[in-house]
Amino acid sequence: MIRNVSKENFIALVFVAPFIAIFGLLFVYPTIQMFITSFTDAPLIGSGKWVGLANYVRLATDAKFGLSLWNTGYFVVLSVIPGTFIALFVALGVSRLSGWTQSLVLALFFLPYILPVSVVYRIWDWVLNYQFGLAMHVLDLLDLPRVPVFKTITWFMPAVALVTIWWTAGFSFLLFLAGLRAIPAEIYEAAALDNARPWLTFRKITWPLLWPVTALVLTIQLILQLKIFDQVYLFSVGGRPNDTLVMVQYIFIKAFVNNQGGQAAAIAVSLFVIVIVISVFQFQLLRFAGGSETK
Amino acid sequence: MNYANVQRWNLAGGLVTLLTLFIAVIWAFPLYWGVITSLKPEDEVIRPVLEFWPEHLTFEHYITALTQTQIGIWYLNSLIVAGSVTLITVSTSMLCGYAISQLKFPGRQILWGLILASFMVPTQTLIINYFELMASFGLLNTLPGIILPQLINPVVIIVYKQFFDSVPKDFREAAVMDNATEWRIFYKVFMPMNWGITAALSIVCFIWTWNAFLWPFLAVSHSELMTVPVGITQVNDSFGISYARNLAAAVLAGLPVAVTYLIFQRRVTQAITLSAGIKG
Repeated sequence: MIRNVSKENFIALVFVAPFIAIFGLLFVYPTIQMFITSFTDAPLIGSGKWVGLANYVRLATDAKFGLSLWNTGYFVVLSVIPGTFIALFVALGVSRLSGWTQSLVLALFFLPYILPVSVVYRIWDWVLNYQFGLAMHVLDLLDLPRVPVFKTITWFMPAVALVTIWWTAGFSFLLFLAGLRAIPAEIYEAAALDNARPWLTFRKITWPLLWPVTALVLTIQLILQLKIFDQVYLFSVGGRPNDTLVMVQYIFIKAFVNNQGGQAAAIAVSLFVIVIVISVFQFQLLRFAGGSETK
Repeated sequence: MNYANVQRWNLAGGLVTLLTLFIAVIWAFPLYWGVITSLKPEDEVIRPVLEFWPEHLTFEHYITALTQTQIGIWYLNSLIVAGSVTLITVSTSMLCGYAISQLKFPGRQILWGLILASFMVPTQTLIINYFELMASFGLLNTLPGIILPQLINPVVIIVYKQFFDSVPKDFREAAVMDNATEWRIFYKVFMPMNWGITAALSIVCFIWTWNAFLWPFLAVSHSELMTVPVGITQVNDSFGISYARNLAAAVLAGLPVAVTYLIFQRRVTQAITLSAGIKG
């Protein structure tokens, strides 16, 4: 038997070794290194002196860090909640369709999610172009003044949030659709027999039964949008990147532009902690929601 | 359902359906607008009036994008990067997910816990240390340097592990009775069962990697090593701004993933819902 156990262990090792090698080298090691770097004055490449908590102390009084935190939070609020509700509404509509109309509408909503961020950027940079953009024609039509959207601080974040909703709502929409399909048809039939109005049916059946999915979508989106970089970076080129800074962008600037790896790592650790805390909280919340909703 | 009820449903439902179709058209319109602009001659593009169909349909911007930029080589880079990441991630995750689910070995629970925890970690925060690590390997400005940090995709292994967990114990027991080796059990019994999931995960892994921006953007600065999404935004040609040409390049960049999605629609939606922890 002993021989068998060690043989099984050996076989298991063969199965897990490639993954563990990658996971250890490219995930565990860099994560530990990130924490260590944040306590040093290292440049981007190479090691530095141990400086204790100096990088963190500096962050406390760093106005730019505060701004990046604020902008990230602002972006999250602008994108997550409206995005989730648009996705929910569309999923409700699409679930009523059938056959090819359903496939078509599903594809139309989902297609943007499948595209690279640069493509999304190019399309919207064109749609919102100050001189020739489609959106500016709409503003003209409504007799409103044109705005150079991505060069105006007030409009930058709402516009990037709009673009992000357009880009990522397809994902949430898909989850809602799966959630709606999981609700047994008998419940609706019973409600129809009771002459329940559509709104009442939604409020009393669909919404509560769909709540676990809604909570899941909200938290996935929340965590995803906290990590925003690509769109903000692309749209801020030629705009006012100093005023529209978000957290990952600040990591990027500190490390890759200012060559201050240690300080950048301290920002990275801050974001890391924020995301982990929210994830853990979300996990508890979902478990609670799952426990109370499934019978 | 009585008749009045059916009617009321139909009216409210009809309105919702109409609104859904309306939103769908609005939603897709920027895509249409981008594509149609790329098919207009430059002078039509910058006309002050809106024209929803080009007066003269032209492919000149596509020809320019294909011949005057390095998009050909960016395609090749993207293909190599996305292909390698998909192949390595899916195969190592499948093996490891199988072992965690079906084999007993010391440290199994710890490994699984670590993988679940890693799911929460924002890899964007690791860019500094990825950069340093790749620099120490001498892999900056190389394709392997773009590939390696993108191999971390815990969703894939989580989906595999859950799939293997859902396979009834009898399959394994029967195979063990037959004195089949562990490798044979995996290869002959379990792997054929999960082709659907493997296909779905491979497709979305490919799409995700093809679309990745942040790391490929940081890892290379030589334009001939860029992936398509990075190349089309970072390299400006010397002819000044041409909206139509930029859009043509963008359409070319999005085309492979859009086509992949349209061909494998069902697989993609299955993998996406699975990756969020919902049984598709």
